[in-house]
Amino acid sequence: MERGEEWRRVSRTSAFGELMRAKKAFIIPAVIFFLVFYMAMPVLAEFTTVLDGQAIGALNWAYVYGFAQFLMTWILMHIYVSRAKKWDKLVDEAREEASEERNDA
Amino acid sequence: MSADPTTVGLFVAIVAITLGITAWASRRTKDTDHHYVAGGEIKGWQNGLAIAGDFMSAATVLGITGAIALTGFTGFYVATAGLVTFLLVLLVVAEPLRNLGKYTLADVLTTRFNAREVRSAAALSTITISIIYMIGQLVGAGAIITLLLGIDYTVAVIIIGVLMTIYIAAGGMLATTWIQIVKAALLLSAIFLTALLVLAQFNFNPFAIFNEVSTQIGSGALKPSHGFVEGLNWVSFNFAIILGTAGLPHILMRFFTVPDAKTARSSLIIAVWIIGLVFVTMPIIGYGAALLVGQGEISGVDPGGNLAAPQLAQVLGGTIFFAFISAVAFATILAVVAGLVIAASSAFAHDFYSQVIRGGEASDQEQLRAARVAAVGVSVVSILLALLAQGVNVAILVVLTFAVAASANVPVILLTLFWKKFNTVGAVAGMLVGMLASVGLILLGPTVMGEGALFPLGNPALVSVPIGFLACYLGTVLSSSRAREEREQGTQISYDEIYVRSNTGISDIEEEIEGVTTREAQT
Repeated sequence: MERGEEWRRVSRTSAFGELMRAKKAFIIPAVIFFLVFYMAMPVLAEFTTVLDGQAIGALNWAYVYGFAQFLMTWILMHIYVSRAKKWDKLVDEAREEASEERNDA
Repeated sequence: MSADPTTVGLFVAIVAITLGITAWASRRTKDTDHHYVAGGEIKGWQNGLAIAGDFMSAATVLGITGAIALTGFTGFYVATAGLVTFLLVLLVVAEPLRNLGKYTLADVLTTRFNAREVRSAAALSTITISIIYMIGQLVGAGAIITLLLGIDYTVAVIIIGVLMTIYIAAGGMLATTWIQIVKAALLLSAIFLTALLVLAQFNFNPFAIFNEVSTQIGSGALKPSHGFVEGLNWVSFNFAIILGTAGLPHILMRFFTVPDAKTARSSLIIAVWIIGLVFVTMPIIGYGAALLVGQGEISGVDPGGNLAAPQLAQVLGGTIFFAFISAVAFATILAVVAGLVIAASSAFAHDFYSQVIRGGEASDQEQLRAARVAAVGVSVVSILLALLAQGVNVAILVVLTFAVAASANVPVILLTLFWKKFNTVGAVAGMLVGMLASVGLILLGPTVMGEGALFPLGNPALVSVPIGFLACYLGTVLSSSRAREEREQGTQISYDEIYVRSNTGISDIEEEIEGVTTREAQT
């Protein structure tokens, strides 16, 4: 059997389809979110004065935004990791589905 | 500053520990697989500490402290971008690269494009990026050690150079990994201890530090810079770091040292927590130094503020604490240059020698010998360049590295993973044009040309990254019939395979699928 055919067999399984739908539905919005959330900080800090105001005592909004990047990173990381654990199961399912299909063929 | 016995003693202890690790690792490094990626047997937590160790260079940690102490908020950008950049690594590149790669970045790209040009271009960009970064580290390290121990710059650079050569030539990736782990643990404890001692001076109230800075130095020390060109440059600077890490060869190589994508993921959790915890304390230490040491005192010793952290240690805990922080800085330098030597020498020995020149025919022992010779060669070249570059602003070289990685490697990595129509011409064009655009614009910019610069930004990423993507796109569409021809000739494999492999980690499909069938038959 041709080698390329085997890969297409895996890519056609319902588990692989579900895996890729789930990954795209999470990763694409998550990447757009963190890039915009991050790059907005230097843009606002350098070109406007909205972050110059004091938030807590002398601590200004620029620093509050900076510290928020750490929280954002840690939270988004753990959301991703908990999703990815579910995706690992879909990978195993895709492998089994492909092998069953191969045996039927 | 002249050397005192405690400092010298701790420096010697660091050297002894790292050489001990190397001796232990060298007995386990018998073949190329162990030399390049420690046999792929590194555990998740170990790799996590090692990634943190590879990423947090002395230039970064000492540089951020000094920058916050002397210039305020803009100094914090390296810390925030340096952490958030790992989201791109974790969500987009780490697991697919682990699934496709073997030893080097070129291995990942040639999994899809089986062409010598692609391997050569990827090896060239790995070597360029690693050596520029290494010169930056060596120049900074030489200056720091000169100030801490009172020895000559040339001697300092040669000592570090000889040590890094021994680590890699004898101990390979296993020695590098454990040196990184020791360094990361030392750095974490040193930073926490310093932050704790600073906070103790302010009744353990971090807000009090900001209030003191505002009253003693002025609220300007807390604010961004607010100039148009300067602002645009800071945006570009942040952009380079956010994208650049996903293209740094010595960081990407760490994902090949673990057995699978799940371990690559778990190692990043550890790395992101450690890097985040170190970087989040940087304002406390930076402003602590500005208040307790004084800005004049800091810039008096080093105009860049690179010694702010050791100076702060002297004020907080006297000579012994100063010696400890200096020794940790030394360990940091050694660990990072070791990581860079293995990345650059692998590109030489594995990509150029074994694959391009010998066409994959070299025996394992020949390859191992080539890897060791390459490690010595890369070290010697870097030492010579670092000696010539004495006095060059270290920040320029570090910025250059992230911008080149973001422009030359990141577009090609992303499109190899996600763009079905991508082809060999696009990949080679993207890497070469991205590299030339980023290096060229830095040479034409104010960091090199000063006042009369032809290009206004010191950091070119905002312009050179889009150029890199554009070159990939144009190279591909202008040779649009190539992708099918390449597949027919066998120089490009079907995108279905890349798509499934990168997302599942299934690499040998017959074996995997038969494995499932056999297991099921047995149950």
